[in-house]
Amino acid sequence: MYALREALAAFRRAPVLTGLSAAMIALSLFVVGLFGLAAHNVRAVVQDVESRVEIVAYLRDDAPFASVQVATEQIVRFPEVRDVRYVSREEALEIARVELEELAGLFGSLDTNPLPASLEISLNPGQRDASAVRTVVERVGDYPFVEEVQYGEDWLDRVFVLRRVAAAATMTLGLGFAAVAALIIGTAIRMAIFARRDEIIIMHLVGATDSFIRRPFIIEGLITGLAGAVLALGATWGVFRLLSDTVFELDWLPLHYLGAGLAAGALVGMLSSIVAVRRHLRELV
Amino acid sequence: MIRLDSVRKEYGRNGTALDNVSFELRKGEFCFLTGHSGSGKSTLLKLVHMAERPTSGEVRVSGYTSSDIRPREVAMLRRKIGCVFQDFRLLADRTAAENIAFALEVTGARPAVIRSKVGRLLSKVGLASKSEKLPTELSGGEQQRVAIARALVHDPLVVLADEPTGNLDERATLAIFELFRNINASGTAVLFATHDLELVRSNPGLRVIELDQGQLVFDSALSGAA
Repeated sequence: MYALREALAAFRRAPVLTGLSAAMIALSLFVVGLFGLAAHNVRAVVQDVESRVEIVAYLRDDAPFASVQVATEQIVRFPEVRDVRYVSREEALEIARVELEELAGLFGSLDTNPLPASLEISLNPGQRDASAVRTVVERVGDYPFVEEVQYGEDWLDRVFVLRRVAAAATMTLGLGFAAVAALIIGTAIRMAIFARRDEIIIMHLVGATDSFIRRPFIIEGLITGLAGAVLALGATWGVFRLLSDTVFELDWLPLHYLGAGLAAGALVGMLSSIVAVRRHLRELV
Repeated sequence: MIRLDSVRKEYGRNGTALDNVSFELRKGEFCFLTGHSGSGKSTLLKLVHMAERPTSGEVRVSGYTSSDIRPREVAMLRRKIGCVFQDFRLLADRTAAENIAFALEVTGARPAVIRSKVGRLLSKVGLASKSEKLPTELSGGEQQRVAIARALVHDPLVVLADEPTGNLDERATLAIFELFRNINASGTAVLFATHDLELVRSNPGLRVIELDQGQLVFDSALSGAA
């Protein structure tokens, strides 16, 4: 009770200092928030692209139908594979007629069907990265009746590189800014300890225990971190609304991101206080 | 109750603050601690309330020993020791009553206990009518009274006073000294560090120990001068 009252009183006694440190933490977490928002939306786009990753195995004209049926059953049991659909030559021609209207006349005038039969293989979510795709492509290519396997090789790698870069950038910047926030909180706590050094000296003198003396500062750090996180959240929301209303539609961050942001703010605040309090209280006694 | 055995305290390159000091302060005793500035008086008081540890030798206070006392035990020990300083060390943004209450609050006392104790102590030091005054609204002597009241909140076995009259005029000095005599009369030991030899001379019946360059050069209890 005393610790909470004192922690809150610290905001009242030094509103500029504590406000400034909360604002600086908010700024750090705001950048993390913006990156989180960007990363989340990039990931949504990547996932959308990934969901369209499909492998098409074109079959030789002389492929025995029984063998293709057996192969289809085998392929559908690959751990990466969600579904396999057999597209017959006739079906392929029908699709071509519908989808390529301008060439409908050409297809109609043909005596023979030039299109091969194929297997359209879709992959399980989480199994659409480049290596999983290549594994399936290689195994499917091993069937003797498979003429050619296509899987959009050219853009697949770029999508995955983009995703990896986005993840690495978010992680690096997130950790970097968390470290900056920790330093700022540490400095704020150091200043708070300095501002209250007379009180602390007296507390030591009259027999207050170390944990009793530390507690208000730790709670103060926690509240500052939390307040910074809430401010950062508000600012991120503001930017999200602005961009969504004027530039392009964005997805708002999922709930667990928000929870993690608040928890991270509180945790960074508390831990940096603990470190700062341990170090700087020693200087006073 | 307080016992120093062959205590030596060195501060790195700053040299030796205390050298081979041994003495004992018994329960309820009043003792002047005299010596020039830099003679080691403040260091000795810091060793007694365990803000410092001796480089060699041992300090024992009320069952606690400097060589093996733990941080939590230091806090407990300080509830048995009252400290008063030349510069009062009051919190400028709190009233006289709040300064006294603070010492109880931070050791977990209940609000009802705090209220009754603060009132009683303010009366004891003659400041009942000034409980709501801030330190800046009080005279030096009055501020020192608040500091003394704060030192008494835990009913200590001993009060350590480090030049408590150093910032006061003659009249306030005598009044504060009288207050310490009253505290001592009620059973609390007092170790009163001062370089005011006039004050020491005018109280010839009291024990005096003197430090010079970190060494205990005189103890009236041993010389039979008391």
